[in-house]
Amino acid sequence: MKTAIALTALPLALLLTACGEEPGSNQQFYGAQPDLPSPERGILPSMTIAEPTPWDDQRPTVPEGFSVTAIATDLKIPRQTLVLPNGDILVAEGRGGNAAKLKPKDVIAGVIKARGNTSVDSGNRLTLLRDADGDGSYELQTVFADDLNAPYGLALHEGNLYVANQDELVRFDYEEGQTKASGPPSKVADLPSEINHHWTKALTISEDGRYLYVGIGSNSNITERGMEAEVDRALVWQVDAETGAYKPYATGLRNPTALAIQPGTGTLWAVVNERDELGEDLVPDYLTSVQEGGFYGWPYSYFGQHVDPRVKPQDDEKVASAIVPDYALGAHVAALGLDFSSEVMGEQYADGVFIGEHGSWNRKNPVGYKVIFVPFENGRPAGDPIDFVTGFRTEDGKTRGRPVGVTVDPSGALIVADDLANTVWRVVREGSE
Amino acid sequence: MTTTTATSHVYPNVLSPLHATLLCGQVPLFLGALMADIAYYRSYQIQWSNFASWLIAGALVFAGLAMLFALVGLFRRRNPRPLTYFLLLLVTWVLGFINALEHAKDAWAVMPMGLALSVIVTLLAIAATWVGMAQPRTGDAR
Repeated sequence: MKTAIALTALPLALLLTACGEEPGSNQQFYGAQPDLPSPERGILPSMTIAEPTPWDDQRPTVPEGFSVTAIATDLKIPRQTLVLPNGDILVAEGRGGNAAKLKPKDVIAGVIKARGNTSVDSGNRLTLLRDADGDGSYELQTVFADDLNAPYGLALHEGNLYVANQDELVRFDYEEGQTKASGPPSKVADLPSEINHHWTKALTISEDGRYLYVGIGSNSNITERGMEAEVDRALVWQVDAETGAYKPYATGLRNPTALAIQPGTGTLWAVVNERDELGEDLVPDYLTSVQEGGFYGWPYSYFGQHVDPRVKPQDDEKVASAIVPDYALGAHVAALGLDFSSEVMGEQYADGVFIGEHGSWNRKNPVGYKVIFVPFENGRPAGDPIDFVTGFRTEDGKTRGRPVGVTVDPSGALIVADDLANTVWRVVREGSE
Repeated sequence: MTTTTATSHVYPNVLSPLHATLLCGQVPLFLGALMADIAYYRSYQIQWSNFASWLIAGALVFAGLAMLFALVGLFRRRNPRPLTYFLLLLVTWVLGFINALEHAKDAWAVMPMGLALSVIVTLLAIAATWVGMAQPRTGDAR
């Protein structure tokens, strides 16, 4: 019985060490070479669910020289937006996922996490916003298409409007000035949708309109639904827009929640949400250019060759081949939006990307809950991220909104979807209109 | 016939049927979790780990209710139950609960601590049941 007593002491010791000190403040968890602390997981995972509270007459905080207004409210979970050639804005609304609860933990965590999200029903539709007179107020808010299945990614090329539902990629015929789709969409390709633990299907299109890129998230945090559930998951598909033929373009990307093509180079970029339960400051979500045929680590390793011991069986060859992502954004920020900037955003913000950070739930001190700008130089991220839209959390720790998709409006504004307040914000550069 | 006199001192400490069911029920549940853990340890098949999680949750319900009976039993005026019985159940439940949290970790993070705890908790559950079911033979005392 002595060994038994010694063994029982072990978990108690772990319990104590898990409540350890805060990491050193001089560590830097973002950029090309972030500090990666040792993995740690106490007996209970860290969780802080921010209690929702309305904006009332408050607004997000934006930099000097910009102003912000809510251009649409009472939406049904706005996620991603698309600015059409005539300045109209399309908003994809919905909530997906049908993952079964496999463990008692899933039941409990589901109840807790739901407290930090909107209780509105999934819209499953596209809403069109129009500012006909150009005064910055979008007087028309109308349903462009409905009966969709948790639409998320949006892309337009000439007369083709592509929408990534949680289970299929579809195409609408689009004519400039339309306020309503002329008919139901046609299918381009089925998308993997079994379980759909990470259900969002991010979408972008090559500059020539030939290929669509679809981000398909993993079916688990870290293979806890079994390796079989991860076939055709955690990757980016390249889909032929004409035929619907697809192939994996890059793999090992745990949850690529937003994709964008870099103007000029045509390179595909992604923001990716990394794995949880390895500690408050691990693993960083990241921004990266996506190399064709590249493998980015998930599930076997993170940020290059850092092996994740929770994955069995392991694969040394895959670990050795894992590409280090370009730019860490920090752990648990939940980057869900990505768009390249342009001169219309002013000199300071002309070259770089905007990133919408939905915000953490699995960390003691919440992070994210803002839109940042990552400056670029010579086509690569260079320098520290800059807070662009903040104020989504109140000083007493409640949450007013959670940013998702970000889209640069060529008229000199940034469109930000807020899926907690069910609002679309427009951050306008003063003097641009 | 002397048998009629025996009724006065037979089984004074017998557990109520519900108490006995709860106490004995925890054993196969904890044991099942242990066996599922062993299967996961050997096969990497995640479903075994899911089974273990639910079996432990069920065992905690049984053990927790049995513990309440044991606690009340400590204060019975006639033939209070032994403190050892309650304490064994208490330790079983607390370590079982820690084991449940351990099993809430993702994939292989459960190992090896989850398996070790399952061994310990199963042994404790058997010990608690043994002590709880054992009846002092009061009739032979004199």
